[in-house]
Amino acid sequence: MAQPLVKKDDDRDDEAEYSPFLGIEKGSVLQEARVFNDPQLDARRCSQVITKLLYLLNQGETFTKVEATEVFFAVTKLFQSKDMGLRRMVYLMIKEISPSADEVIIVTSSLMKDMNSKIDMYRANAIRVLCRITDGTLLAQIERYLKQAIVDKNPVVASAALISGIHLLQTNPEIVKRWSNEVQEAVQSRAALVQFHALALLHQIRQNDRLAVSKLVTSLTRGSVRSPLAQCLLIRYTSQVIRESGNNTQSGERPFYDYLESCLRHKSEMVIFEAARAITELNGVTSRELTPAITVLQLFLSSSKPVLRFAAVRTLNKVAMTHPMAVTNCNIDMESLISDQNRSIATLAITTLLKTGNESSVDRLMKQITNFMSDIADEFKIVVVEAIRSLCLKFPLKYRSLMNFLSNILREEGGFDYKKAIVDSIVILIRDIPDAKEAGLLHLCEFIEDCEFTYLSTQILHFLGIEGPKTSDPSKYIRYVYNRVHLENAVVRASAVSTLAKFGAAVDALKPRIFVLLRRCLFDSDDEVRDRATLYLNTIGGDGSVVETDKDVKDFLFGPFDIPLVNLETSLKNYDPSEEAFDIKAVSKEVKSQPLAEKKATGKKPTGLGAPPIGPPSTVDAYERMLSAIPECANFGKLFKSSAPVELTEAETEYAVNVVKHIFDRHVVFQYNCTNTIPEQLLEDVVVIVDASEADEFSVLFSKPLRSLPYDSPGQTFVAFEKPEGVPTFGKFSNILKFIVKEVDPTTGEAEDDGVEDEYQLEDLEVVAADYVLKVGVSNFRNAWESLGPDCERVDEYGLGPRESLAEAVYTVINLLGLQPCEGTEEVPPNSRSHQCLLSGVFIGNVKVLVRLSFGLDGPKDVAMKLAVRSEDETVNDAIHEIVASG
Amino acid sequence: MASYSSCPSIKNILLLDSDGKRVAVKYFSDDWPTNSSKVAFEKFVFSKTVKTNARTEAEITLLENNIIIYKFVQDLHFFVTGGDDENEIVLASVLQGFFDAVTLLLRNNVDKREALENLDLILLCLDEIVDGGMILETNGPLIAEKVTSHSMDADSPLSEQTLTQAWATAREHLTRTLLK
Repeated sequence: MAQPLVKKDDDRDDEAEYSPFLGIEKGSVLQEARVFNDPQLDARRCSQVITKLLYLLNQGETFTKVEATEVFFAVTKLFQSKDMGLRRMVYLMIKEISPSADEVIIVTSSLMKDMNSKIDMYRANAIRVLCRITDGTLLAQIERYLKQAIVDKNPVVASAALISGIHLLQTNPEIVKRWSNEVQEAVQSRAALVQFHALALLHQIRQNDRLAVSKLVTSLTRGSVRSPLAQCLLIRYTSQVIRESGNNTQSGERPFYDYLESCLRHKSEMVIFEAARAITELNGVTSRELTPAITVLQLFLSSSKPVLRFAAVRTLNKVAMTHPMAVTNCNIDMESLISDQNRSIATLAITTLLKTGNESSVDRLMKQITNFMSDIADEFKIVVVEAIRSLCLKFPLKYRSLMNFLSNILREEGGFDYKKAIVDSIVILIRDIPDAKEAGLLHLCEFIEDCEFTYLSTQILHFLGIEGPKTSDPSKYIRYVYNRVHLENAVVRASAVSTLAKFGAAVDALKPRIFVLLRRCLFDSDDEVRDRATLYLNTIGGDGSVVETDKDVKDFLFGPFDIPLVNLETSLKNYDPSEEAFDIKAVSKEVKSQPLAEKKATGKKPTGLGAPPIGPPSTVDAYERMLSAIPECANFGKLFKSSAPVELTEAETEYAVNVVKHIFDRHVVFQYNCTNTIPEQLLEDVVVIVDASEADEFSVLFSKPLRSLPYDSPGQTFVAFEKPEGVPTFGKFSNILKFIVKEVDPTTGEAEDDGVEDEYQLEDLEVVAADYVLKVGVSNFRNAWESLGPDCERVDEYGLGPRESLAEAVYTVINLLGLQPCEGTEEVPPNSRSHQCLLSGVFIGNVKVLVRLSFGLDGPKDVAMKLAVRSEDETVNDAIHEIVASG
Repeated sequence: MASYSSCPSIKNILLLDSDGKRVAVKYFSDDWPTNSSKVAFEKFVFSKTVKTNARTEAEITLLENNIIIYKFVQDLHFFVTGGDDENEIVLASVLQGFFDAVTLLLRNNVDKREALENLDLILLCLDEIVDGGMILETNGPLIAEKVTSHSMDADSPLSEQTLTQAWATAREHLTRTLLK
C-alpha cells in the first residue's frame, strides 16, 4: 500500500509546477490564432486561444503593430459566432488591443448591433467596449442609444452607460453634458451601484457650477441615497460645499453638519468612516463638532479588522496634529495598538501618542519605538522621525534622549529620504535648542564619516561651516571635515574645503592650522577643489600672517548670495576673456519677470478632497523682493502696501498694461506690468512718461525703463516718486507708454536692426486714500472699539443716493475704504432694510483705524449711511471721512 | 487613466502567486507606465507584505504613498491599490468583492493552478469589478454571476446551450405547463 502512496505524492509535486501556460510562446499562439478564420468556428477552442493571447499580454508581452493588427482583424471575425462565452472574450480582447481609429470602424457596426441586442450582457459590454475605443465623431451616432441605456431597467446596462459617460466626459464634455436629464433620473435608481455611478457622473457634469452642486447636495442629503458608495460620494460633495461656502461662524451652526453627523450612525462602515473623516477635515472644526467623529473612530480602534484600525488610527493621527486634546480620550486604545501585528498601525499609534502624550510618557514611548523601528518601512520611519522632531520642540528638556534616538537610527540602514528626514530633524533641533547644539553637531560629524549620500554630506558640511565656529571648541570638528578631503568624491571634497575656510575665517586661533590643511588641498586631483583652496587661501590671507579677517571676506564667506543664478549664468556666458576681470557687481540682481509669471500660472489644483483650498500666495513678499532688487529703491525703507493691479488699457489691445502702486513711507513706486500682444513686434526701451501736473505733492525721482519687451512675455517698468513723509498724499497721473518698435520676422523670430519710436496713450491713474490703508483684521472688534474710546471718534452721516441694493452699497463702501471687514459683517442678509458693518485696518504711519458703518434704506432705493471712525490720530479720522465724502 | 477627483478610484488590482509572480494583474493608473515599473512595483509590494499574516482578515499598508489592501489564500496573493487619500474601507470592499467572486468562480478551490486553468474567468472578473479606475461592482456573488451569466441566459437558442442548461430549461417549461 505504501508504494503507490509515495508515488502519488511525487505526482503531486510535479503537478505543483504544472501550469496550463507552461512553455507558451508568442509566435506559436499567433499561429494558433488562425483558427479565428475557420469557416466552421470552434467556439471553445477560440476562447482558449484568446485566453492565451490575454495571458501573454498580461505577463507583459507586447505585440508589434503588425501582430496587433492581424490579431485584431482575426478577432473581429469571431462576431459571427453566437457563443456568449466567446463573445465576452472578444470584448476583452478588443479592449486590450485598443485598435487605432481606422481599425475601429471595422467593429463599430458589430458593436452597435450588440448595443441594441435583447441580451443585457451584450448591451452592457458592447457599450463599454465601444465607448472605450470610439472617438468624438462616432459618439454623436450612438449618443441616442447611450441616453436610453442610462435609464435602462437592467442595472448592469445602466451602470455600463454611466461609467462610459464618466470616461467620455474627459474627452467629449459637450456631448455628455447633454445627458443631464437621464443621469438625474438614474440617480433615483433602486440599484445601489447605478445610483453611485449616476451621482458620480452628475457631479462631474456640474462640478464647475457651484450653485448646481450646492443644490444637488441639498436635495440628496434629505434622504433617498441608499448605496453606501453613493453615500460616500455625497459626503465628499457635501464637505466640498461646506468648504466653498466659507466659514459661517456667525450663526454658530455649520450648514450640513447635521447631515455629516447623521452619517456617523449609518449601518455601513465605509459611510461612517467617510463621514468621520470629513468632519475631522472641516475648516476650523470645533471640539464640539469633533467629538462624535472621534467617538466612532475610537470604536474602530478596537475592531478585529486591521483595515478599520488602520483607517481610524491614521485619521486620529492627523487630528492629533491640530487638536491633540480631542484625541487624548483614545489614548488607552492607542496604547494597546503599539503591539499591533500590523506595523503600520503600530507606527501610527505611536506617533499619535507622541503628539498627544505628556512629558512624563516620552521615555517610555521612546523605548517602545526603538524596539520595532527596524522592521517598518521607510515611509513610516519618516513619520516617526517627524513626530519625534515636533515632540522635541515641544519638550526641549527631553532633547537628550530624543537626540540620542535620532543619532542611533541615523547609524542604521535606510534610504535617502529617511536619512534626509533624520538629518533635517537634527539640524532643526540644533537651531532651536541651544543646549542640543554640540551633541547634535558631533552626531552629524560621525554620520558623514560613513555617509553614502553626497547631497547629505555637502549639506552637513555647509551647516558645520556655519555652526561649528560658534561652538566652544571649534577645533574638534576640523578633523572630521579634513577627513572628508581625503576620503570622498570631488563634490564632497570641494565642500569640505569651503567649510575649512569658514573655520579659518571665523576663528583666528585656528588660522595657521587651516592654512596648512588648505595648502595640502592645492595638490588635489580635481580642479574645483584646487580652485577653491587657492581662492580661500588668498581671501583669508594666505601669506601665513594671522590677522583678523576682513569684514568683506566674512561677507563673502558667510553672506547670502543674492544674485539670481540665471543672471549670473548669462553674464558669464557673455563675458569675453580679456584684460578686464569679470565684475560680479555688474550682474543684474533683477529677477527676470518670466519665472514670476510662471509661478503665478501654476496655481496647483487642490488634489483630493482632503486638501484645503490653497490661499492666494502672499504677493507682498514677491513684490518686496522685486523692489529691493532695484538699487534706487534700496533706501526707501519698508514697503507699506502694494495695491491690486489696476488695468490701464482695455482688454485685447495691442499692448496690455496694468499698474501696481507700491506705497512707502516717503515714496510711491508705480510698477507698470506690460505685455506685448503683437507677435510681429519687439519693443525696446519701454518707459512710461508720467504727467504729475495734477499731483503737486509728488515729484518724480527716477524712472526705470524696460530694455526689451518681446511678444507675450510680460515685463515691468518702474516710476518712483517722492512724497511728504508718513501722510496720505493724493493725486492724478496721466500716463503715456513710450517705446521703440522693431519688426520681427515671424519665420525666423529675429528682429530688424532699426526701430521706430512710438507712443501709446494709457488711461489715467489715481493715488487715493485707500492706497494708504492696510487690511488688518481684529479678533475682537468690540474690545478694540471700546479701548479707543469715544474721544477719538468722528461721526458723520452721508446720503449715498439711489443704489441697486443695500448689499451693493455696502460692497462699494468697503472697496472704497480698502479696510478689512470684521466678523463677517460684509454679508448683508437678504431683504434687510438696515445693516451694520465693522471694518478695521492700519493707516500709513502705523495708525490703527476702526470703522463702524450703519446703513439704512431711506425710501425705496436711497441708502443713507452713518460713518463712525475711531483711531489714535484725528487726521486719520478726517482722512477716512474725506475718502467717503469725495468718493 | 485620468484621476477623477473626489471619486474613489482604484490604481490597480493584482493577483500574484507565492513567489510574487503574476497570475493576473490589471492597472488603471499611469503611475507605472512601463511593464518593468509594474513588475518592480509588484516585487516591492510582495516583498513588503509576504511576511505578514493576511489569511483570515484583509491586511493593509501604506507604501510609496499608496494604500495597499491585501489578502492571501493558499498560494495566491490578492492586492488592491489606491491613492493615499482614499477611503480605506472602500478599497477593502473592492478586495473583498474580488476575493469572493474568485472563490465562487473557482468553486472554493482557490489556488494558483485552478486560477491559471480558469484564467478567462479571472480576467473577466477583473473586467467586471473596475472599469478605468471606477468601481463597477463590489458584491462578490454579483460579480461572479456577471462573469458566468453567458451560460445561464435563457434567451439564447437551445442549440447553443449546454446539455445541463437545456435540461434545466426543459424542466422549467415542464413545471410551468404542469402548474397550469
